[in-house]
Amino acid sequence: MTALDTPTDEVTLTIDGVEVTAPKGALIIRVAEKLGIEIPRFCDHPLLAPVGACRQCLVDVEGQRKPITSCTTPIADGMVVRTHLTSEVARKAQQGIMEFLLINHPLDCPVCDKGGECPLQNQAMSTGAAESRFQDVKRTYPKPINLSTQVLLDRERCVQCARCTRFSEEIAGDPFIELMDRTSDEQVNVYREEMFGGEPGPAGSHSDLGSEPLRSYFSGNTIQICPVGALTSAQYRFRSRPFDLVSTPSVCEHCAAGCAQRTDHRRGKVMRRLAGDDPAVNEEWDCDKGRFGFRYVTAFDRITEPMVRDPQTGALRAAAWSEALAVAAEGLRRARDSSGGVGVLTGGRLTVEDAYAYSKFARIALRTNDVDFRARPLSTEEADFLAAAVAGRQGPTYAEVEQASAVVLAGLEPEEECPILFLRMRKAYRKRALAVHALAPFRTTGYEKLGATVLPCAPGSEATLLAGDASLAAALSQPGAVLVVGERLGGAPGGLSAAVALAERTGARLAWVPRRAGERGALEAGCLPHLLPGGRPVTEPRARAELAGAWGLEAGVLDSRPGRDTGAILAAATAGDLGALVVAGVDPADLSDARAAEQALDAVPFLVSLELRNSAVARRADVVLPVAPTVEKAGSFLTWEGRLRPFEAVLATGAMTDARILDALASQLGVQLNTRDVPAVRAELAALPATDSPRHPPPQVAPAPPPVPADGQAVLATWHQLVDLGTLQDGDDELAGTARPSVVRLGKELATRLGVGDGDPVTVGTGTGALTLPVEVVDMVDAVVWLPTNSPGATVRRSLGAAAGALVSVSVSVSVPVSASVFVSVSPGGSR
Amino acid sequence: MTPSEGALARLTPVLTKRWLSPDAWRREVYEQLDGYTALRKALAAHPDDLIALVKDSGLRGRGGAGFPTGLKWGFIPQADGKPHYLVVNADEGEPGTCKDLPLMMVDPHSLIEGAIITSYAIRANLAFIYVRGEAVHAARRLQHAVAEARAAGYLGTDILGSGFELEVVIHCGAGAYICGEETALLDSLEGFRGQPRLRPPFPATHGLYACPTVVNNVETIATVPYIVLGGAQWFRGMGTEKSPGPKIYSVSGRVNDPGQYECGLGVTLRELIELAGGMQDGHELSFWTPGGSSTPMLTAEHLDVPLDFEAMAAAGTMLGTTAVQVFSDQDCPVYAAYRWIEFYHHESCGKCTPCREGNFWMKQVLRRILSGEGTHADLDTLLDSCENLLGRSFCAFGDGAASPVQSSIKYFRQTYLDYVEGRRPPLFGSPPPRPAWAATELAGAAR
Repeated sequence: MTALDTPTDEVTLTIDGVEVTAPKGALIIRVAEKLGIEIPRFCDHPLLAPVGACRQCLVDVEGQRKPITSCTTPIADGMVVRTHLTSEVARKAQQGIMEFLLINHPLDCPVCDKGGECPLQNQAMSTGAAESRFQDVKRTYPKPINLSTQVLLDRERCVQCARCTRFSEEIAGDPFIELMDRTSDEQVNVYREEMFGGEPGPAGSHSDLGSEPLRSYFSGNTIQICPVGALTSAQYRFRSRPFDLVSTPSVCEHCAAGCAQRTDHRRGKVMRRLAGDDPAVNEEWDCDKGRFGFRYVTAFDRITEPMVRDPQTGALRAAAWSEALAVAAEGLRRARDSSGGVGVLTGGRLTVEDAYAYSKFARIALRTNDVDFRARPLSTEEADFLAAAVAGRQGPTYAEVEQASAVVLAGLEPEEECPILFLRMRKAYRKRALAVHALAPFRTTGYEKLGATVLPCAPGSEATLLAGDASLAAALSQPGAVLVVGERLGGAPGGLSAAVALAERTGARLAWVPRRAGERGALEAGCLPHLLPGGRPVTEPRARAELAGAWGLEAGVLDSRPGRDTGAILAAATAGDLGALVVAGVDPADLSDARAAEQALDAVPFLVSLELRNSAVARRADVVLPVAPTVEKAGSFLTWEGRLRPFEAVLATGAMTDARILDALASQLGVQLNTRDVPAVRAELAALPATDSPRHPPPQVAPAPPPVPADGQAVLATWHQLVDLGTLQDGDDELAGTARPSVVRLGKELATRLGVGDGDPVTVGTGTGALTLPVEVVDMVDAVVWLPTNSPGATVRRSLGAAAGALVSVSVSVSVPVSASVFVSVSPGGSR
Repeated sequence: MTPSEGALARLTPVLTKRWLSPDAWRREVYEQLDGYTALRKALAAHPDDLIALVKDSGLRGRGGAGFPTGLKWGFIPQADGKPHYLVVNADEGEPGTCKDLPLMMVDPHSLIEGAIITSYAIRANLAFIYVRGEAVHAARRLQHAVAEARAAGYLGTDILGSGFELEVVIHCGAGAYICGEETALLDSLEGFRGQPRLRPPFPATHGLYACPTVVNNVETIATVPYIVLGGAQWFRGMGTEKSPGPKIYSVSGRVNDPGQYECGLGVTLRELIELAGGMQDGHELSFWTPGGSSTPMLTAEHLDVPLDFEAMAAAGTMLGTTAVQVFSDQDCPVYAAYRWIEFYHHESCGKCTPCREGNFWMKQVLRRILSGEGTHADLDTLLDSCENLLGRSFCAFGDGAASPVQSSIKYFRQTYLDYVEGRRPPLFGSPPPRPAWAATELAGAAR
């Protein structure tokens, strides 16, 4: 418990005759809740600032000449409050407000998505009169309007509580929706030029979207907190009734934030996902990717049965599990026992249990340390950093970041790469003016919403700043400061070394925030070439002995030589020096050179793919083994904090976890893996002894001189946008429609040299290929050019084969680029 | 009809004393007529003494609520290191009220002078005059007056060598009734949508840009120079003990000479009608508002009730903005209520439920009654709606909407019943046609 949570001052009051003591400043409505007195409310939300607009929560307070709103009134010593339970005045006031609210409400509960879980419906039952006296004409609107491709608004259902607009402004910082017009015509809307005599919508976009649609990564929360059925998602609208749904607690599989969720399903199909209420992690919020991005599981190319490559035809054909496992085992055995050996690439999306199974499988069934979870640009320095400074460490936590004296961000754009961490930082910024410093090439809207001080920094030169900038050191020297580094800092030579040294020097806490949900878990499970489970260095005899003891192995089975990382494994495959490759959730397009990765997959003699969908890996594999998606299995993720987020299967299907398949594969190889079911893996993980072995030493890589762009060149800056072409977002056009437009950003100086302005096509190229996008001129470090990593028209890895910090050519394009901002057309009204 | 000596004796031309002088709006003329003498006197005094003076004078806010002005000024925290602001509410929007506009047109410098003295008293260096959007003529005149005052050294740095510094900004609203509510006015002035703010915190500590702010009505501020010149005792010589001072009464309606009549507080309607040349021929007083549509209406039986804060409250109404609207036996109180509710519906800001929905509903019920399609239950519904609106809305403006309905039913229930029971011919034809969707729905049901 933090100091702020400790009640310092308490007052005693009476509510409905019950004496209660509560912290000073608490609102009547909250204190009443604690007594079990539920005062009806609409505009009130515990995480939003009080507004007192709906007037539904009126209570009678002694000494006040009129009833007051309990959602805005702080308690006072000796206060005597009477709610609707004991006061006729309060009861009548609440009933009157309810009657007012219902006169302009369509009462279309039988066709409304909210019916059955609707606060208006429920409170009309508890508080309203049975019959309405209203017999006149209701206000009506054409149904519905798009606030974005995803969020739809039925204005006649709205009770103008302003929860959605307040959320967008206060919490998300995306005030694209606002109450407009007045009196009974007051309505929530987006900015529409036609309201002010202009033309509807920008050219090329759907006019229904308005001139400035709700472009927010958190828009789904407005739907969840809407107390009526006014806001619905195009994804869920008219799909099911709440009372037909089965709700299962779950954990989001998208990023390292580890949000608690509630997955609602019906007849074996997920209908929607909602943010769970977890004050320690995501509070009550969720990002749109986490909320809406679940249809990839039911994509057309889902693999449901094992496949082996037919030696005659050379094509994949369906096979029985027994055959597929036998073929896979035989191929792996041959490779293992040959000189090349087997490499294992696990990707960053596995559960802790599955990652552990791969780690163990590689070590004792394949007898190799050639295992790496990093399916992205990486470095040896990063591996050393992870082993030394992250593995086995707890925290800092969300709460510690919220309470931090200062936060320094390096290699991380939290709104794009860890949205819930972004929300927590924004909360701290709004409530207590948290000082945020960010090393970045330009001030993104995310940094803007955090009020961050941006230290202009070309990709690759982070290390120099971390090592030498006095303002950073000063900020981090305050007690409670946190240095947050993203996985991208690993791409800056010396960056992570400098970060460790800076944290050491200033006493600041150090957090590493990867982008994917499974990275932290894979690190702890030992999916690294030089690290065994529990952060044990493979080179340490004591570490190997501890593990050999736990796994019941004879001495010498665990190889003491560090293995090869993802890059080296793929290079070996290309060179013909690798016997076989086991690949889990890896998309070659995520690796720094996508084409080179695919060439490696083509070159390796034997490829086993444990896959969900018919991916670029599965298509090349000799054996494809279908695995269960997150929703169909139990498991755990580790958040970036190192917090364990266990979950059970939402849907009971026959799909098997990676761990179970590896267990079967291992037994074909004559090895007992004991990862058959999740409880067994969890028990084994829990039983692993604490390690006594020395930690891996921290990296000490000197900053490399930043690349110097020649004329016509620039340094590439790039990161993923939250909503992009990621395979886990496949199948949701409405979500894709809320993505930020793909643009190439560059500074004023470079723009002047090129002679381009906003919207002009600019081509960014390398020896591999080129991308042409409309330009957006920003306040950017000179000679740096930014592209989204994996967005429509901006597939950097595949098209450029380059990572951040690389030199790219920049030129004015003669051809007009295909507009990337509107790449999805969605029918209005969400008729699907 | 010539007013009697007794009635004429009630006139106390203080704020209106220059109104008949040609070109009183020009600085030179204003200066010839005592203009800016109060400022010189005030700047020689300590600001706290000015606050005490206004407190002693008993001046109460002229915008409708009658809050003691000196007390309001005293709420401003001093030496708090924050900028202070004076905001003059010139958004005069209450139906029937028309005192501030002529004052700003004829005698703008008295407002500027009052604003300078007030700013000096509350230690504000920036004052805003928020003028209703429709009143472009008044805004122009004020702007001209500000320019004149600045040229003469009454505004700017080191005013009259006192070291006091002040700028006055004339801000035009966009013509919304709600922006006359002081916190909505502040939001509007800050560039936001004009909607009332949650209180506390009050403007005295967290007003404009979250800084200590005094919001006063035009007439209140324009009164200040006279108090400075005449002193508290002189001021208390007019009006009543608890409602001292002169007040501009806006008399309109069925009188022969509608206009502004400045009298000591406590004048009666009988005297005002006399001053206004009596009722028009063939018209007999039926009902009237003491201070605009938000104050419950009164009838002929209240002809001799003093128009001050206390007596009006005792009569079950409010002094409001002293917009005395006089209606005769040829005016229908139900129709008047309907038109007022139309106004409240049109002007409701939409923030809170009772005002937004209550007026929407009452407007339709009243129209139905006037169309001859009302029922006895409608009267109960109206009264109950008023009960659910009064004291339940976010700001006082919502409360105001209950006044015309409640008071008209109180005094003229029989007229309502005449419409319901068919003794009065309908004022409107059938109620407005149902929307297309409803028609389709009904047709569908018939099939």
